[in-house]
Amino acid sequence: MYLTDEEKEMLAGAYGAGTALAMKIQVAVGECFDAKHMVEISKVHVALSNQEADLWFVEKLLKAGAYCRIAPTVNPGFNLEFCREHLSISPKDEELMERTRNAYREIGATLTFSCTPYLEANVPRFGEIISYSETSATAYVNSVIGARTNRESVQSSLCAAITGRVPEYGYLLKENRLGNILVDVQADIKDDFDYQLLGYCAKKIGPGVPVFVGLPSNPSQEALINLGAQLNTIGAYAIYHIVGVTPEAPTMEAALGNKKPDRTVVITNQDLADIQKSISRPKGKISFAMFGCPHFTINQVKEIAQMVKGKKLAAEMWILTSSLTKELADRMGLKKVIESSGGHILDNTCIDQPCWHHLEGKVGVTDSPKCAYYTKRRGLEFVIRDLRTCVEAALKGEIS
Amino acid sequence: MSKGLSFSCHKIAEGKAEGEVLISKDEILFYLCDPETGRIIEEGHDLEGQSIAGKILVFPAGKGSSSVQVDGLYQLLTRNKAPKGMIIERPDTILVTSAIIMEIPLVDRVEKEFYQKVVNGDYLFLDADRGEIIIKKENKQL
Repeated sequence: MYLTDEEKEMLAGAYGAGTALAMKIQVAVGECFDAKHMVEISKVHVALSNQEADLWFVEKLLKAGAYCRIAPTVNPGFNLEFCREHLSISPKDEELMERTRNAYREIGATLTFSCTPYLEANVPRFGEIISYSETSATAYVNSVIGARTNRESVQSSLCAAITGRVPEYGYLLKENRLGNILVDVQADIKDDFDYQLLGYCAKKIGPGVPVFVGLPSNPSQEALINLGAQLNTIGAYAIYHIVGVTPEAPTMEAALGNKKPDRTVVITNQDLADIQKSISRPKGKISFAMFGCPHFTINQVKEIAQMVKGKKLAAEMWILTSSLTKELADRMGLKKVIESSGGHILDNTCIDQPCWHHLEGKVGVTDSPKCAYYTKRRGLEFVIRDLRTCVEAALKGEIS
Repeated sequence: MSKGLSFSCHKIAEGKAEGEVLISKDEILFYLCDPETGRIIEEGHDLEGQSIAGKILVFPAGKGSSSVQVDGLYQLLTRNKAPKGMIIERPDTILVTSAIIMEIPLVDRVEKEFYQKVVNGDYLFLDADRGEIIIKKENKQL
């Protein structure tokens, strides 16, 4: 792999041992994928996870003197101040969050603690070469914006923030961004939730770059977030195209690079129904509702507020979002409405964190299959439904 | 090394490993393994309920979000339940960086014949640095 003089110096340790380690990892990744050289990048998002491996690696880089050339925005762990006061967290997990925050602060990250940086704090432009980890973010910036990133890991994107470049391979190259699977959606796509189920059809769609046809021509931002988040959770999709909707798919021919697709997959109403049945617990009593995986937008917060206005929730409700969205919700009176009904809007927090012990062994509702998928390890069970049905269930305490 | 079938492969994460083979038809997310036992807990997974601890794992590719793969491996590794080596068909950045950082030998681009010969329980020598895999079929005719 060709390296510039500056890159060679980084590797040799002229910029410190931390930068050298980051560069060494990036060269190994580049060589794995036959990258010819590195390219400079201009934006980074790191999916801080507040897991032991996450902290171990950031501290390892810090001890070796690393600092980010490009300040990355970061994912949420959990809101330490709120959780200390209102939820049960173990001293060990409290320490982990504290140390993780400090480590990312010290290494030069912008502490946004949001998993939707593409909505507000770190929005790339079309064609911009960037390094984004985080399931929904990678899929969104590639597919919906047309920026170029590989499906980075927390660690590879942090290395990119430190060196300011990435090896050029994969989805940075136009030819690899072209679709090769035609997904003919014959199912009726009625709302944002159907995009979750569609994304969860990844097993049927199979590996590659899907090009969707048969979808509505004006999907909401939330629908596009959902589709990418689920595709990239259950499969490993960095990019998808929707003909007539996403920027690299003005036509089917353009999306496929004027080639025939390797295969065509038909998605029917039955497929969506089967997926929902296979991932959801059966209907019945529920004790909580969990929203915001990925972090909810202000529109989604508003929809909930309109439904719970003047009512009392029978089940605990949590809406996870960014601090900006929480601030907006406060300003717009939505936070007050939700809190009066007994619900919570919590910022800087992820569902997949060790702050939800009080929900262990309980059954909740969520509109996000991803939420249910990752929390299996934490002993949380979910009935998965569309947002309105979930909110109705939270008002009644059961799903019928 | 005594009798064995040798196959070429392409190094991703450096190192050598040997052990029993475990083959998965499905992609693997190490986060959905029980770190205490090494067992895969993902419902409907090809290897559901089986332990990957100490195995040379043969699987098509990794999957899952950008953070959980590495933590899954880290948790397994710190409890001595990680696979010893990994042989894959489709590398992705997340699995690749996880293996490099965790120092678990990882290879791809294995000769096609390997997949026709290898079965669960075979003993395997994996040398990522030399780009070689050797299958030793214990008590079996080669």
